[in-house]
Amino acid sequence: MLPFSAVWADDAPAPTEPMLVGFDKINSGDTAWMLTSVALVLLMTIPGLALFYGGMVRKKNVLATLMQSFAIACIITILWWLIGYSWAFTQGSSPYLVGGATRFLLGGMSYQHDAMRLTVSHLGVTIPETVYCMFQLTFAIITPALIAGSFAERMKFSSMLIFISVWFLIVYCPIAHWVWEPSGWLAIKGVLDFAGGTVVHINAGIAGLASCLVLGKRVGYPKESMPPHNLTLTLIGASLLWVGWFGFNAGSAVAADGRAGMAMAVTQIATAAAALGWMFSEWIFKGKPSVLGIASGAVAGLVAITPASGFVGPTPAVAIGAVAGVVCFLAATSLKTALGYDDSLDAFGVHCIGGIVGALLTGVFASKEISGSEGSVLTQLWGVGTTLVYGFSVSFIILKVIDVTIGLRVTEEQEREGLDISLHGERVE
Amino acid sequence: MKLITAILKPFKLDDVRAALSETGVQGVTVTEVRGFGRQRGHTEIYRGAEYVVEFVPKTKIEIAVEDSLADQVIEAIIKSAQTGKVGDGKIFVVDLAQVVRIRTGERDASAI
Repeated sequence: MLPFSAVWADDAPAPTEPMLVGFDKINSGDTAWMLTSVALVLLMTIPGLALFYGGMVRKKNVLATLMQSFAIACIITILWWLIGYSWAFTQGSSPYLVGGATRFLLGGMSYQHDAMRLTVSHLGVTIPETVYCMFQLTFAIITPALIAGSFAERMKFSSMLIFISVWFLIVYCPIAHWVWEPSGWLAIKGVLDFAGGTVVHINAGIAGLASCLVLGKRVGYPKESMPPHNLTLTLIGASLLWVGWFGFNAGSAVAADGRAGMAMAVTQIATAAAALGWMFSEWIFKGKPSVLGIASGAVAGLVAITPASGFVGPTPAVAIGAVAGVVCFLAATSLKTALGYDDSLDAFGVHCIGGIVGALLTGVFASKEISGSEGSVLTQLWGVGTTLVYGFSVSFIILKVIDVTIGLRVTEEQEREGLDISLHGERVE
Repeated sequence: MKLITAILKPFKLDDVRAALSETGVQGVTVTEVRGFGRQRGHTEIYRGAEYVVEFVPKTKIEIAVEDSLADQVIEAIIKSAQTGKVGDGKIFVVDLAQVVRIRTGERDASAI
């Protein structure tokens, strides 16, 4: 998302709300790229994340894990239409709350054939509002889907749907609003988050930590053996995430231009650096470079470069990637073992920690030449801190409420048998 | 009649099958199994979590033979399955009370 310095050719003041414009105001290059980005980012969740996570769980839980990503894509779409887009991306009454109700049910978002007008978002004035709305939806989808990495293999499907829905409305939408809506208080403070290092990754990761603490460890963890059942799926998933992430980061330029080009370049470079960072760390400290390791390193790099992608150049990208690769390796291996929480698929270790690394290094490396903005680590800490505190506490509360009412966890027998059979009546041979 | 069960290293299956054909054995049942004897397993590491895997993949074959053929078959298996290294496997021989050919209902000698 561009920090609030939108290009506006006329001498009209920059718009603050979605508005009607003539067809002639639409840039077909920008629109074509953004249409593509929607597809790329959706692919990141289905099947990218689904496979990434699916391969890492035990075979008896693979379908349930895939189901989580797929079902979340569906339910968030409806909530986005109903409430989410309006709450995230319209101005609303206060910078500290959410947006208004003007776009509930996407009302007012229009395309008019005969009158030759359509609405555009103030955050993407050269593309149809529908495209901007859908682009943002794909972010709203992947964020809760990431949390599932922490509660894998033990959460009830019904409780998961309720948790995700409530969390989406009262955690994702406000934080997206605060950081990306120009009228949001963190945006006004100057927090830089180009494509969602804070809004998506720190947010999902800290909710993941809350969920693995409330749910508790998997039965048998850590003594029983629970290795990934199919790392082929995981690698395919990681690859889809990498390629799709070009839509995530370069698409956040909301334009088919050099900003997108630079975002794409630094994304690629940081990811490679991070993958190697993890791989070499693992090789040195554990003896062998693993497929799971290099794939995880790549994801850590993608996460870390996300907030920085519109603000830094190639050489800082190498640094950001390398640091994220090594730090997330330590977080997912040593920190987790030392503190003993069962973050099954390392949503906290990779997404939260990687997101924090990226957000802070954005403050260090942000280039005024590339972005027109100044970075500051202190300002970035506002975004990081707010998300950690608000995200953790509200997630914790939602989970606790669900736990004492309908229960969060499957029974021990269901967990032993496997969620595929217990929750979905299906099996992979 | 005897039921001969042999636990083999998986890559030896083809050699053993070829050797069995030469003895006149007409059929064999193959199962993929895991086990350990003196052969040690291996360690796997996933994101820092270490798993010691004690079981080693093996292939089990079962053959029903006439008593007179048993020693020949055992020799054939040993020769073709042996590598000289730990983990070559074992052969178990038990007495077989009855054998039935399902298609025709034939019993014992005519069913092997």
